Amino acid sequence: MTEFLQQLVNGLAQGGIYALIALGYTMIYGVLRFINFAHGDIFMLGAFAGFYLAPATLKLFGAGPSYAGAALVLLGAMALCALIGIVIERLCYRPLRDRPRITALITAIGVSLLLENGGQLLFGADPKSFPDLIVDRALDLPAGWGPLSALTITLSQVLVLGVTLLLLVALRHVVNRTRTGLAMRALSLNPTAAQLAGVNLDQVIMFTFGLGSALAGAAGVLISIQQPSIDPLMGISAGLKAFIAAVLGGIGNLPGAVLGGVLIGLLEALVVGYLSPTYRDPIVFAVLILILIFRPAGLLGTVQKEKV
Amino acid sequence: MLSVSDLHVSYGAITALNGITFRVEAGAIVTLIGSNGAGKTTALRTISGLLRARSGQVSFLGEDLSALPAHRIVGRGLCHVPEGRMIFSNLTVEENLAMGAYLQRDAALKARNLAFVFNLFPRLKERLKQTGGTLSGGEQQMLAIGRAIMGQPKFLMLDEPSLGIAPRLISTIFEKIVEINRDHGITILLVEQNAKLALEVSSYGYVLETGRIVLEGPSQDLRANPRLKATYLGG
Ligand SMILES: Nc1ncnc2c1ncn2[C@@H]1O[C@H](COP(=O)(O)OP(=O)(O)OP(=O)(O)O)[C@@H](O)[C@H]1O
Ligand SMILES: [Mg+2]
Repeated sequence: MTEFLQQLVNGLAQGGIYALIALGYTMIYGVLRFINFAHGDIFMLGAFAGFYLAPATLKLFGAGPSYAGAALVLLGAMALCALIGIVIERLCYRPLRDRPRITALITAIGVSLLLENGGQLLFGADPKSFPDLIVDRALDLPAGWGPLSALTITLSQVLVLGVTLLLLVALRHVVNRTRTGLAMRALSLNPTAAQLAGVNLDQVIMFTFGLGSALAGAAGVLISIQQPSIDPLMGISAGLKAFIAAVLGGIGNLPGAVLGGVLIGLLEALVVGYLSPTYRDPIVFAVLILILIFRPAGLLGTVQKEKV
Repeated sequence: MLSVSDLHVSYGAITALNGITFRVEAGAIVTLIGSNGAGKTTALRTISGLLRARSGQVSFLGEDLSALPAHRIVGRGLCHVPEGRMIFSNLTVEENLAMGAYLQRDAALKARNLAFVFNLFPRLKERLKQTGGTLSGGEQQMLAIGRAIMGQPKFLMLDEPSLGIAPRLISTIFEKIVEINRDHGITILLVEQNAKLALEVSSYGYVLETGRIVLEGPSQDLRANPRLKATYLGG
């Protein structure tokens, strides 16, 4: 029982990270109808932004790890990634907006390769050790919690999960309660009608890239707090898993991306815990194939119909 | 109010509008009629900035619109209710109306426009929390018109509001179109295949055939025109 719960805890933490990345895939798909294959690399850039920002930022609050420093590193990485996402959209995707989708898709693969190889050139190909932003420790769980008492839960796991939840709530607010969020949803449903209502498509698409990239950047820092070895190719696998999560939940559907992320995270943890780490990736990819065959719209996605 | 002169529009090699010229005076309901593929929708899409003309001019309240993007043209008070209604299917009726008021910052004005829309179409008020996609065709048309009214138009372009709507609702919608014009002073350009109906509510009409205006005149004259009777008014 304890073993099972432990896997769930581990899976949830990983799933939250996938959810943050998957949201970017799905939001960008919503407004542009294409998969931004470079999105996983933004996640990697988030980790490196954190890596380079950390020493100076932590120094502001004394020498060692601190919550304020960690928060500032996180925000800094998010801002940098938002900026990078916006620049990529402006330079690489906007000029191709009226071309066939496949053109943008191939360009995205090109951008992804550029970021991965550029990262190796700039940061070096060897893994780097992410600095400690907080002092991590295992939490003492009360003895009265039955099987829960024996779980190993670390402070960083709790913090990462908490921050992830906070980001999800903030995103939900932006998308459902703000004027720009409404415009984003309208644009993803019908760009022509959105324009006729006065929406500047360029602006909203830019905003969407910024928002999605900031979330991926946050995920990059959050994962590095838990697994402090980072390298320029770390975005490939995480990006792919998050993409599968977005498809599983229903591409274009925001709650679906979160659900998909959590499910993929849990599935991975259970496979690693009960079968073998070797089976982790094959099983996740098998899930992708199965959804595409049996439920291409995803768990929460609906096939869109318009009445005529 | 609106004047279109010698407008040429093409889709790649296909020419859709071959030099059309027409005008709409402030306060009027003017109709543009023509059969399938005549170029009516193309004309409206060009005026509202969704398409670029190859040559020719569109001028609205003395301003040349040719270089303005669609989202700027709306802000000038020119609202377009597109063919097929284009409701945001997953947004609620309330959110659809809020989208119509996207450029409106003045809360009092928004509230007034909303009251106007509910007064025109009480049914929308009952369905506020329902998503647009679950409305009937007629209700969607009401919502599309309501959404445009939320944009505070001086000039409203309607593309085939009778398309795919139960006959019983068509007359309601046309009554409302007249009301919008008469009681609120909004100028209207009405595109229709249903020439009989369009000529009843309008004061002036243009007939479009394969990208050219072939006939124009006061609507009551057009109603009596033998050539029009034969082709559009069913004998
Ligand atoms: N996206 C497009 N690409 C190529 N040709 C087009 C496109 N849209 C319209 N056309 C062509 O342009 C011409 C005019 O079309 P348009 O839609 O303006 O006609 P319409 O008068 O609105 O017809 P309907 O009453 O059927 O709506 C037609 O010959 C049509 O085939
Ligand atoms: Mg048409």
